[in-house]
Amino acid sequence: MSRTDPLLTVRALAKSFGANQVLKSVDLDVPAGTVTTLIGPSGSGKTTLLRCLNGLEVPDAGTVAVTGGPTVDFGGTVPKRTLGELRDCSAMVFQHYNLFPHMTVLENVIEGPVIVQKRPAQEAIADATKLLERVGLAAKRDDYPFSLSGGQQQRVGIVRALALKPKLLLFDEPTSALDPELVGEVLSLMKQLAGEGWTMVVATHELQFAREVANQVVFMDGGVIVERGAPAQVLGSPREERTRRFVQRLTHPM
Amino acid sequence: MTSEELSLVFESLGPIALGAIVGTIPLALASFALGLVIAVLIALMRLSKIGIVSGIARVYISLVRGTPLLVQLFVIFYGLPSIGLVVDPWPSAIAAFSINVGGYAAEIVRAAILSVPKGQWEAAHVVGMSNRVALRRIILPQAARVSVPPLSNTFISLVKDTSLASLILVSELFRATQEIAAFSGEFMILYLEAALVYWVICLALSAAQNRLEKRLDRYVAH
Ligand SMILES: Nc1ncnc2c1ncn2[C@@H]1O[C@H](COP(=O)(O)OP(=O)(O)OP(=O)(O)O)[C@@H](O)[C@H]1O
Ligand SMILES: [Mg+2]
Repeated sequence: MSRTDPLLTVRALAKSFGANQVLKSVDLDVPAGTVTTLIGPSGSGKTTLLRCLNGLEVPDAGTVAVTGGPTVDFGGTVPKRTLGELRDCSAMVFQHYNLFPHMTVLENVIEGPVIVQKRPAQEAIADATKLLERVGLAAKRDDYPFSLSGGQQQRVGIVRALALKPKLLLFDEPTSALDPELVGEVLSLMKQLAGEGWTMVVATHELQFAREVANQVVFMDGGVIVERGAPAQVLGSPREERTRRFVQRLTHPM
Repeated sequence: MTSEELSLVFESLGPIALGAIVGTIPLALASFALGLVIAVLIALMRLSKIGIVSGIARVYISLVRGTPLLVQLFVIFYGLPSIGLVVDPWPSAIAAFSINVGGYAAEIVRAAILSVPKGQWEAAHVVGMSNRVALRRIILPQAARVSVPPLSNTFISLVKDTSLASLILVSELFRATQEIAAFSGEFMILYLEAALVYWVICLALSAAQNRLEKRLDRYVAH
């Protein structure tokens, strides 16, 4: 797939929680092999958008289409199986890692491949071991998550997502629960993945990461996409006042 | 204590211990195992979004907790025959005790399931699991850890409650004691002896509980 082929196409996506309309007709195109960062103030709907893409939240209306996967129209009732197919297209990396605390690092990583995808255990273990070596955690494979640092846990979280071999990686503020000195190790891993051609959608407050790694920056506010474009444009010379103020506030917090 | 009393204590220890080994302990184990299965089922029903299903579970729990265990036991053993259902002492006792444990432990299991963070369900779904698989692989193992202390207490209570089975002719620890007491007339000594045996069993169970908790702690931060 070349960079211009869309991998993910979202149209008119809407989601409310009771009277609170959190997503109002969101359109989004994510070309294959590119990195899209979602930025925006707290409560703007970044997490909700990611969760809708992964079927953790069921939108009220709109369509989500994945090339080589399902096209789901949330206007009607969506069969459970279709939702499952959509979910299988992507893997989410969580802010708080959400590793399985009762399983070792290796068990966390092979759980999906072996139990759900029914891959042979030996093969899954070999794959997982390779991935863990890549992120420098081979020595930790038999440890339990509680004994790892936040940065290590998040790298395991990323490996767990990679092991599922999804088309799309979703990250919800993957570094915002980390101590500042641990942020770098996670961001540099994500940068590597981008370099390998993974398609990624990343909600983040790390503008530096957006500047260096993203192909597209999407600024959300109040459930709508206010502005989108190349990082240099959206972060460097935003067209919209709201974007400008948000970027300024993040860059110069005082 | 006279030497006669002392030798009565030693002579009776055999039959009383035998009552514990062939009566009390297997009765408690079987009832607890069955009761746990009931508890998990009732807890899951109670958590169901379907109104009737959770309603049935709610009524079950309320009935079990709102009526005396002795009455439950008598309904099964002495009550059922009058509608033509004769159940032997052992099955009656196991039925009554497991129904009872099921009611109490269901609330423990339910609370334990709810105590597992929502993020665990979400992570399970992300790796592709259905609710059923997520429950079995991710949620219940973590809930089990949380429910070990309260379930151990339930089990220890059950061990003591099995003495009620003596009233429906199950030969367990307390019934063995009663028989010797009636024969010898030494009620004080023998009932204290029975109490002591129950106490030793419960101490052993508490020790086992501690070891189990330590083992399960291996993946929890300290
Ligand atoms: N399960 C839910 N039930 C009710 N309201 C919700 C739920 N999830 C999110 N919301 C609401 O939706 C809105 C958007 O939340 P969301 O988490 O998507 O924002 P966000 O952009 O990710 O914010 P943050 O930067 O703080 O993570 C908020 O007003 C939030 O209160
Ligand atoms: Mg968020």
